[in-house]
Amino acid sequence: MGSRASTLLREEEIEEIKKETGFSHSQITRLYSRFTSLDKGENGTLSREDFQRIPELAINPLGDRIINAFFPEGEDQVNFRGFMRTLAHFRPIEDNEKNKDPTASEPLNSRNNKLRFAFRLYDLDRDDKISRDELLQVLRMMVGVNISDEQLGSIADRTIQEADQNGDNSISFNEFIKVLEKVDVEQKMSIRFLH
Amino acid sequence: MSCWTRRGLLLALALGLALLVPMALSLGAAEKTRRSVGNGHGTGVTLRPDDSHGDGHGVNKTKKIFPVLTFDFAHVKIPFEISLWVLLASLMKLGFHLIPRLSSIVPESCLLIVVGLLVGGLMKLVGAAPPELQSDVFFLYLLPPIILDAGYFLPIRPFSENLGTILMFAVVGTLWNSFFIGGLLYAVCQIEGTDLKSIGLLPCFLFGSVISAVDPVAVLAVFEEIHINELLHILVFGESLLNDAVTVVLYHLFEEYSGLGMVTFLDVFLGVICFLVVSLGGVLVGAFYGLLAAFTSRFASHTRVIEPLFVFVYSYMSYLSAEVFHLSGIMALIACGAVMRPYVEANISHKSHTTTKYFLKMWSSVSETLIFIFLGVSTVAGLHSWNWTFVTVTIILCLVARVLGVMGLTFVINKFRIVKLTNKDQFIIAYGGLRGAIAFSLGYLLHPEEFPMRNMFLTTIITVVFFTVFVQGMTIRPLVDLLAVKKKQETKRSINEEIHTQFLDHLLTGIEDICGHYGHHHWKDKLNRFNKKYVKKCLIAGERSKEPQLIAFYHKMEMKQAIELVESGGGVKLPSAVPSTVSMQNIQPKKSNSERALPQISKSREEEIRKILRSNLQKTRQRLRSYNRHTLVGEPDEDGWNDLLLKRQKIMDMDKQISRMSNYLTVPAPPPESPTLSRSRLASDPQHYVPKPTLGNVPIIKVDLASPQSPEYVSVVDEFQKEAVPLKEEDEDAGGLTMKVPLGDPKKEEQEQQDGGKEQQRLMRCLSDPGPGGAEEEDEPFLP
Repeated sequence: MGSRASTLLREEEIEEIKKETGFSHSQITRLYSRFTSLDKGENGTLSREDFQRIPELAINPLGDRIINAFFPEGEDQVNFRGFMRTLAHFRPIEDNEKNKDPTASEPLNSRNNKLRFAFRLYDLDRDDKISRDELLQVLRMMVGVNISDEQLGSIADRTIQEADQNGDNSISFNEFIKVLEKVDVEQKMSIRFLH
Repeated sequence: MSCWTRRGLLLALALGLALLVPMALSLGAAEKTRRSVGNGHGTGVTLRPDDSHGDGHGVNKTKKIFPVLTFDFAHVKIPFEISLWVLLASLMKLGFHLIPRLSSIVPESCLLIVVGLLVGGLMKLVGAAPPELQSDVFFLYLLPPIILDAGYFLPIRPFSENLGTILMFAVVGTLWNSFFIGGLLYAVCQIEGTDLKSIGLLPCFLFGSVISAVDPVAVLAVFEEIHINELLHILVFGESLLNDAVTVVLYHLFEEYSGLGMVTFLDVFLGVICFLVVSLGGVLVGAFYGLLAAFTSRFASHTRVIEPLFVFVYSYMSYLSAEVFHLSGIMALIACGAVMRPYVEANISHKSHTTTKYFLKMWSSVSETLIFIFLGVSTVAGLHSWNWTFVTVTIILCLVARVLGVMGLTFVINKFRIVKLTNKDQFIIAYGGLRGAIAFSLGYLLHPEEFPMRNMFLTTIITVVFFTVFVQGMTIRPLVDLLAVKKKQETKRSINEEIHTQFLDHLLTGIEDICGHYGHHHWKDKLNRFNKKYVKKCLIAGERSKEPQLIAFYHKMEMKQAIELVESGGGVKLPSAVPSTVSMQNIQPKKSNSERALPQISKSREEEIRKILRSNLQKTRQRLRSYNRHTLVGEPDEDGWNDLLLKRQKIMDMDKQISRMSNYLTVPAPPPESPTLSRSRLASDPQHYVPKPTLGNVPIIKVDLASPQSPEYVSVVDEFQKEAVPLKEEDEDAGGLTMKVPLGDPKKEEQEQQDGGKEQQRLMRCLSDPGPGGAEEEDEPFLP
């Protein structure tokens, strides 16, 4: 993407993003204007500080992790493409997409990919397992400071015990999927992007 | 088995007849005695001065034989009748469930209407006039309990998530229904051949508005039995609740102007304004009273016994206040119940909570039964004017309008929904649009002078109600099975689901913020924060507004688990407040218990952890306070038994703890001894212990176990000052352990009183209380 500050989005790029993420034209343009409004440095990419400037994100317990999820491995800047790719996970699943193209890879907003996104938020070290410590960290973030470590520890233990099937004392992705099979992930992990 | 059911049936019938006949007779007798005895002075027939007539007893101060037994029915007539009716309703309800197959085929509402018909017929035979369902009685006494029950236990989360859809169905759907039915009826009435020419356009619209409202009582009665999935249930039910405002406005609008025969645009415009005023005003009135109730309950810690009263009276006041201004009383009640619930539950004691719950369920159940019976009786009692055309056209139009309305609205709504409504859903929503007693009562309110066709309207309304309740009510269950509609999930959520759902909530809120998209999650989050920051401080007493509810839930789970142990372990009854070592040893050898215990621990822990997270991630948690009034002493068996089991569990856990933490302890304690010692100490001394001086940073949970007045207390003292405390700081007593809140199990064996003025938090572990609807309802936070 260009390094010029006021790049308007080119049509080809819109098309590419549309194909990759499934967003509609108007949604892409709207999100692009949001992207540029966040991009205070006007260099076509967002840094972590840009995200942290969003006030509500600061008080969100998972704020940091969410921000991290936007940035690919080891990088500090995310361009619009990457921004859209991450947001594409939260598109609602549409029925007509399911049978469109069986040979194409799974769309970014499939149930599996949504769950994988969430899983990766837990699994910081990317070893494909949610260990007890990782779970503890997330719990601590969500629950606040009033709970003792031991209590949280027992919650974590119980959680793992419930989900763990192969006895490795951590939750793998498949176990994660299994545990959430009753939850309506399609609704819980979708945002209605206005057309 | 069959002989029992037959006996049950016969018993019910016999009881019913045994009641009906004397009741009818007594009504007739009451008429006569009243006439003869004068104005019912009720002092017996003798010793009356000269004016007694007709009985020929002694007249002029002649001393009579003292009457040993007299019969004077007149002055208890009204309460007596009411009680008889209520008794009849309850016995019928009992009787239905003694006949197993019947209740699975025919919904209760149908059976009750049939009973009402029978009773009415019997009364007519006997010669007494069967009572009609008075609108006053219905709207002021029979309807509020049901609505309050519905509002108090309204599942807020699905309701708020689907609020847009529900409002669309309620407002637009009802408007569509009214005008469609009214207009087409008018057209039909103008056709030659029917003698309905006299019915004007506005009375037709009025009739349409009365008949088109989906009735919450009927929907509740039928849907409760088919256990349909939550989404559909909340959609139909929410619609039936919220369309009250529309119905009220339309009804008044048309009633006002049908005499004059025309409605101008100004009136329509005013009607729209009126609708907004009615609905919003109703909600505001309800919310106001709800907040008042919450505020009042904050101070109720010293008079626990009347706590449930506040819930009921404030709610009823909100309903009546709304009715004063012709606002929507139903919406006021719903708002009142939903607003007050999280705060009141945090403030009142566990027993009051149980009382409230059971009273609400009881009243609503009795009301519902009475309503249906009276519907049946009123059918027999009323004057009818049957008109084939009108009735059949109405029924057909009702069905058609409903189907068309639902389909049209769903088409529009699906554009805005993430999870679309399928055709099956639409069918169930359309089919579930039952009419009921509200329509009848509204029709009853019409003045015969202004509406000469009132009787015909009433007949038609009754027919439609019967049709929907019987035909649709009976067939909806097999249809649900046939169409394989998703049913309600019976299993409780696992901890994983709970954690992950909360996780996803936060995630979605964050993403919404990044996108700058202020959606559902964003506003919910904002509301939650506002609630936590300001509202809870005002409305919840004491420190509980700040504290997390973890401990309470741990104990709740332990209690539940303890009770489960009892029930599974053969129900060994132990003496109440004497948890001797002997009895403990009785338990210990029972290996089966402990084996069964372990898997059950996990299930109950599920519950507790689920609640822990709920509480900490959002706001209100159920705060349970200790209950000190000696009038409600806990049932000795249960308390003592749970007491023991809990101690046993703690002992087991403590053993584990001890072995794990033995290297940290400065004073090693002999594991088997300390529990025993502490147990015996606790057992022998029912009073509070003299506190040990605590280390500053150790959060201690105290248990006041052996107090005979109440089930276990748990005092959380140092939650506020707690920091990350290393294990080394654990202190140990000769006779027990003072442990931090450790691995999830409250290891408290010692009580300690805080020195100085720090107020102890006493959280009462609640007895697990299955109750109707299960524990789910109790623990809904404000906006989960």
